[in-house]
Amino acid sequence: MKKILGVLMICFLSACASKTTQPTSEVEDRAIGGGGMGAQDGMGSGGFGMDPLKDPSNILSQRSVYFDFDSYTVKNEYRELVLAHARYLRDNANARVLLQGNTDERGSREYNLALGQRRADSVKNAMLISGARDHQIEAVSLGEEKPRARGRDESSWAENRRTDILYQGEY
Amino acid sequence: MQNFLSRFTCYVFFLFLSMAYSSLNAALNIEIFGGGATRIPIAIVPFSAESKLPQSVTAVVAADLERTGLFRMIDSLGHTPHEPEEIIYADWQNRGASALVIGNTTVLPDGRVDVRFRLMDVAKRTQLVGFAGTVSVEQLRAVAHRIADIVYETLTGDIGVFSTRIAFVLKQGNKYALQVADSDGFNAQSVIEYTEPIISPAWSPDGSKLAYVSFENKKPVVYVQTLSTRERKAVANFKGSNSAPAWSPDGSKLAVVLTMHGGSQIFLMNADGSGLQRLAQSSGIDTEPNFSPDGRSIIFTSDRGGSPQIYRMAISGERAGVAERLTFEGSYNVSPRHSPDGKSFAYIHRNGGRFNIAVQDFARRQVQLLTDSRFDESPSFAPNGKMILYASEINGRGILSVVSSDGQTKQRLSSQIGDIREPVWGPLLKSQRIGNYVN
Repeated sequence: MKKILGVLMICFLSACASKTTQPTSEVEDRAIGGGGMGAQDGMGSGGFGMDPLKDPSNILSQRSVYFDFDSYTVKNEYRELVLAHARYLRDNANARVLLQGNTDERGSREYNLALGQRRADSVKNAMLISGARDHQIEAVSLGEEKPRARGRDESSWAENRRTDILYQGEY
Repeated sequence: MQNFLSRFTCYVFFLFLSMAYSSLNAALNIEIFGGGATRIPIAIVPFSAESKLPQSVTAVVAADLERTGLFRMIDSLGHTPHEPEEIIYADWQNRGASALVIGNTTVLPDGRVDVRFRLMDVAKRTQLVGFAGTVSVEQLRAVAHRIADIVYETLTGDIGVFSTRIAFVLKQGNKYALQVADSDGFNAQSVIEYTEPIISPAWSPDGSKLAYVSFENKKPVVYVQTLSTRERKAVANFKGSNSAPAWSPDGSKLAVVLTMHGGSQIFLMNADGSGLQRLAQSSGIDTEPNFSPDGRSIIFTSDRGGSPQIYRMAISGERAGVAERLTFEGSYNVSPRHSPDGKSFAYIHRNGGRFNIAVQDFARRQVQLLTDSRFDESPSFAPNGKMILYASEINGRGILSVVSSDGQTKQRLSSQIGDIREPVWGPLLKSQRIGNYVN
């Protein structure tokens, strides 16, 4: 059983790797670690190598999806990231994520709360299409209430227009 | 809170010496247009012994009247009549005053203050109205608001709203406080405080309760809190987020926005949280419901047309017919609020890079932009419809502002420490009036 899961994980991460621009050898190294983790049924890093969710060179360590003003469309540049998390959820049945939608501070707080929900929902829907299961994902909105960037300029606002992906234990 | 309550329960009523109030309406022969151009010239003489009090009464009266944009203050320096027989009318006529406010304050042996005032018609050399009340020192601002109401009502024929209350959220550091204050922003008292955000306070029509959204459970939940007892109840705590509470005019129902079925959708429920029914049927965002004063329809924000715009639907919901789009100018119109007469609505319009208060009338669809600062939010009409309270900002800090509903007069309210947002004007409560009319 362990062997099968391990092989499956390697296949999965190889598939991922083929869609990223990262060198294959590095990905394969991580695949071994990730396979070990998968074999433990998603119970954490387990000492077989770095937790793919925390490994800075793994796309799974990227947790933010950014949006345009008043938009909740997941842009193409974030498809890969969302897909990687969806596959991780698919392959780790016990994994759970909280998606927190955020907006910039301009305009109505209530509309922004709804917009943040849309931003979380659109990431959730993209994950569901790619194999994650509904009960693994909770999508919530923080609206404009919890800004990461405090500035009052376009770069700060752009930073705040995002959905964050948090795994169990991170929120 | 104790203080706050005592203001409303401990008003001492004086002898009622009778004065036919209705006959006083619009007593001065002054035409009032939208404000701005024609303002009533009024002189307010500091009351006798007022300087010995910890709180000036006439300063509050003058500030209240000025905020409406309907009055022009005439300098009263050097002349200090306190009784009608001391008035040299010719002198006030020369200064251009049409109306004159005089009065007395007397500290009683028990520490309370007797406040008496008279409003005089300078041209006719007669008294228009008189008033007396005995109050505690803490109630001096309240009695001043009452005097401002009487002056305003006598001279304009309209309803005075200075004795009403407002609610808003104050953020200080990581602390959020839902506060209730006088209509000028003073005497703020916390209703509830949390380290998580509070948004969207809404007054029950009788002024006894506030509905609001708190994030204290790490997600938005709608609460209703009774101000006198501080008792609170989560009335909408469904899966997903719960927000944007709006009271029906009779106080029996709440419109709320829930995401339990995916997307932000408007629901109607009884004020205790029972009897949930879905109103809107769009696949996009529907939020910020607001009842018409007759309770028959709701205006709300929806992005069903591709950008957030304001729509109207019957209270029977969208099954009774598709919602009607009301705003067409620009790509971002949000936060609609009916005027008290139901003839127009205020909202936030994105104007280039700015977010400003606009008013649109239902009949002609004419839009008027009332403000021009960078980030204006949360418009809320005064109960008489003549002023709009909103949140503006200065140096990154939210402040309370008031604009006359014709856009002619804008003023910031008391500059408190901290970041103020989500202001909402409370209802008119005649039963809580202080003092009495006298000759």
